[in-house]
Amino acid sequence: MELLVFLIFAFLAVAASLVVVAHKNPVYSTMALVVTLFAVAVLFVLLGAPFIGVLQVLIYTGAIVVLFLFVIMLLNIGREESQLAGHKAQFFTAIFGSVLFGGLVILALSSVRMGAQSDGPSLALVSLKGLATTLFTEYLLPFEIIGLLLLVAVIGATVAARRPPQGEGSVHPQKEEAQP
Amino acid sequence: MTVPVSWYLMLAAALFAIGTIGALTRRNGISIFLSIEVMLNAANLTLIAYSRQLDSHTGQVVVFFVLAVAAAEAAVGLALFIAVFRQRHTIDLNRINLLRW
Repeated sequence: MELLVFLIFAFLAVAASLVVVAHKNPVYSTMALVVTLFAVAVLFVLLGAPFIGVLQVLIYTGAIVVLFLFVIMLLNIGREESQLAGHKAQFFTAIFGSVLFGGLVILALSSVRMGAQSDGPSLALVSLKGLATTLFTEYLLPFEIIGLLLLVAVIGATVAARRPPQGEGSVHPQKEEAQP
Repeated sequence: MTVPVSWYLMLAAALFAIGTIGALTRRNGISIFLSIEVMLNAANLTLIAYSRQLDSHTGQVVVFFVLAVAAAEAAVGLALFIAVFRQRHTIDLNRINLLRW
């Protein structure tokens, strides 16, 4: 049963991520990313991390992907303007990707014992209480720092995306400032 | 029968390689961002798989942090794209090469 679910959603994740990477239209790519994220969230649940799976759906598909779609619509990007990288560059990138994949697989196989496990995830691993205890005792300081990081990111994003101040009489005020 | 953890790791390796290829070959800024999100998710899957293997919550906590950092990265990056688009009217990375050479 678990094997069947794993196979279905692993296939779905790989296929959808291929669409993310290959599709010309960014809107379709974003929608395929939603499918990938959902499939990976299901795998999180299978691995005994249901809370992280829920977070993945809430934060990624609920917030980040919507942000992406928002910007795509706002900028009206549509199809890609210029070609992908040249054929030679694509060839070398494919080789690089294959080598990366092979290396990662070797690393994964050398670090985990082979063969099927007889038991599912332990009850202690699945429990939300255990996760919360770890998060709010051992990792309390990183948690607070993450909050600070998010605050700084929000302020930075607001400043970066702000409309340039009016009344300067110039179309490209930043460009002129850049000159020494 | 339960699925061996190594299968999850191999799936994560495949996703990471796909995301890397996408980030290296695409020329649209948004598409590169989407590829990076795929890579982040592959890393998250690896962390959760090791959390299961070692029967420890640490991997899940790290994934929690990665999610937050991904959110911050998306917000700041997309704001930068909006700022660049306002000046150049494109986010095609073949045409935004001010800092490349």
